Amino acid sequence: MKIAVLVKQVPATEKVKMDEKTGTMIRSGMEAEANPLDMYAVEEAVRVKEKLGEDTEITVISMGPPMAIDAIKDALSMGCDRGYLVSDSALAGADTLATAYTLSKTIQKLGGFDLIFTGERATDGETGQVGPSVGAQLDMPVLTYVSKIEELNGTHIRVRRAIEGGYEVVEAPLPSLISVVKEINEPRIPNLKGKIRAKRADIPTLTAKELELDTSRIGLEGSPTRVVKIFYPKLSRQTKIVSGKDPELAVEELLKFLEEKELI
Amino acid sequence: MKGSIPEYKGVWTLGEQRGKEISSVSYELLAWGRGLADKLKTELSSVLVGHKISEENIQSLIHRGADKVYVVDHPLLEHFTPDGYGKVLKKLIEEYKPSIMIASATTIGRTVMPVLAAMIETGLTADCTGLDIEEGTGLLLQTRPAIGGNVMATIKTPEHRPQMATVRPKSKRPLPADNSRKGEVIKKEYPEDIYSSKVKFLEFVKDKTAEAPIQEADVVIAGGKGLKDGKNFKMLYKIAKLLDGAVGASRQAVDMGWIPYSHQVGLSGKTVSPRLYVAMGISGAVQHLAGMSSAETVVAINSDPDANIFKVSDFGIVGDLFDIAPVLISKLKEIKNQRK
Repeated sequence: MKIAVLVKQVPATEKVKMDEKTGTMIRSGMEAEANPLDMYAVEEAVRVKEKLGEDTEITVISMGPPMAIDAIKDALSMGCDRGYLVSDSALAGADTLATAYTLSKTIQKLGGFDLIFTGERATDGETGQVGPSVGAQLDMPVLTYVSKIEELNGTHIRVRRAIEGGYEVVEAPLPSLISVVKEINEPRIPNLKGKIRAKRADIPTLTAKELELDTSRIGLEGSPTRVVKIFYPKLSRQTKIVSGKDPELAVEELLKFLEEKELI
Repeated sequence: MKGSIPEYKGVWTLGEQRGKEISSVSYELLAWGRGLADKLKTELSSVLVGHKISEENIQSLIHRGADKVYVVDHPLLEHFTPDGYGKVLKKLIEEYKPSIMIASATTIGRTVMPVLAAMIETGLTADCTGLDIEEGTGLLLQTRPAIGGNVMATIKTPEHRPQMATVRPKSKRPLPADNSRKGEVIKKEYPEDIYSSKVKFLEFVKDKTAEAPIQEADVVIAGGKGLKDGKNFKMLYKIAKLLDGAVGASRQAVDMGWIPYSHQVGLSGKTVSPRLYVAMGISGAVQHLAGMSSAETVVAINSDPDANIFKVSDFGIVGDLFDIAPVLISKLKEIKNQRK
C-alpha cells in the first residue's frame, strides 16, 4: 500500500510568549516546529505500516520554505520512508485553495497514493481546509475528524468520525483522504535509529516547474482570498477579583455579577 | 469561479439538520446573513439538503430571516457526505449564482465547504467571528482570529464567486422567530448521480459524556490540572447542569485521562465562544486562551493569584476551588428552586 502524509511547519506555539501590556504575541526569535496535529497523522500512517507489513511505503510531503525540511525529518524519524519538500518562491502567499492545488498536483506527480493522511488543521492558520480541498481536487473520498480506523484492507477503509454529540462510522473505497483528530493515537517519541535515518535521508525539493503547475493557480496570484487587514485584539476585560477566603461571600459576589450580566 | 461577477447576487446560508431537528447554528447564520443582505439590499436564502425535511423546518428558516429556502430532499441525502452534499450545492450555486455563501464551522460545514470551494474554484475563509460588507465595493469582509487568537485578520475574495466563509458557532445570536414572515420555497431535484457518494454511512453512536457539543453550548464550565483528579469533574458536571451548559477541559486534564478529548478547549482542541466560560483550576496557558478568549464573559476560579487566566477574565475568585464549587452548587440549586 502507498501512503502519503501531508505535514506543515508552523511557529512553535509552545514557546509563544505574550506581551502583557498589549496582549499580543512576541514574534521575535520565534522557532518553528512540525504542526503538532500533523504528528497524529504521521503516527497513524506508521501504525498502518506496522500492521500491514514492509511492502507499505509512507511518503511525507510538505510545502513551505527550505527550512520546512525539518518538519519532514521529524516525520521520517518516526518511521516514514521518504520525504519530498515542495518549495518555490512562486508558491509564496498561497491560500488554502492554491496550496491544495499544489499538493494535489504533487501527489499526482508522485504517482498517486492509496491513502492520504493529514492532521485536523495546522495550529497557525487553523483553517483545516487544505486536507478536504486536496481530497476534492483529486476526486477522492474525504473522511474528516477521524478518531479511529476500524478496518483497512486493500480496497476499503472503515473509520470513526468524531462529530458533534458522538461519532459516526463510515466506509469508503481506496484511495481516500483521511484527516485525523488528536484522540486517534499517541505519537511516538522517535528513537535514536530513527533520528539518524532522518538526518541522513535525501529529501528532494520539487519546484513549480518540475511539478508542471499552472502558474495562474499557485502562490498569491492563484489565491482567490486576500488578507486586507491584520490587527491585534486588545484584551479589554475589566477584571474584578475577589478573595475566596470566605467562599460564601465570594460565591455571593459571583452570582450578583452573573445576574447583572443576565447570565443566570 | 472567476469573472462575470455582476451575475452573482444574494446571500446564502447552509441550513443544518441533525436528525430531524434544525440545528441552532442554522438560525445563527441567518442572523449574520440578514445583516449582510440588508446592507447589500439583496435577498437572503437558506439551503437545506437532506431527507424527509419537514415543512415546519423549512418554515422555521423563513421565520428566522430567510426570504427563500432551497430544498433538496432525497433518501441518498439522509446522511451527510462531503461529495454528495458538495455536488448538490455546486449544482444550486451554478444555477442560482449567489454572491455570498456561508456555513457554520461545524464538522459538516468545515468538511463540505472546502470540498465545495475546490469543486467551484473559489475562495473560502475558515471560522470567521465577524462578517461585514465593505462600503463602495460591496465585498464581503471576513474577519477571523489567527495564530491562536492573538491576531485578527480580515480577508476578502475580490474576484471569485461566491465569496465563501464558515462562521464560528455562537458568534451571533439567532433573530427571534417571526411566525408572520412569508418566504418562497424552491424544491429542486437532480439526477441520482448528483446525490450519490463514495462514502457510505454505517451508524451514529452517541457519546453520553458529550450530550451538548461544547462549541455550541451557551455556558462552558471547564476544569484543569487544579481539579487534581478525574472524579472531581463531577462537580463541574453538576454546575454545568444547573446552568444548562457543557463541560470543557484544559489539555492537561485531557492528557491525564480525566475526560475525553472531545471536551478539550484550546489550540489543539476545540475553540468555543460561549456567553459564559467558567475556568476552574485552569492556569491559562496561551494555548488554552486561544480556544476561549472570545467568550462573552469569562469567570476564573484559581488558587494562584498570578495565574494567567485572570488576565482574560471578567470576574475572578482567588481561592480553593474545592471550597468554592460546593457553595456555588448549593446556591445555584437554591436559585433554581426559587424560580420554579
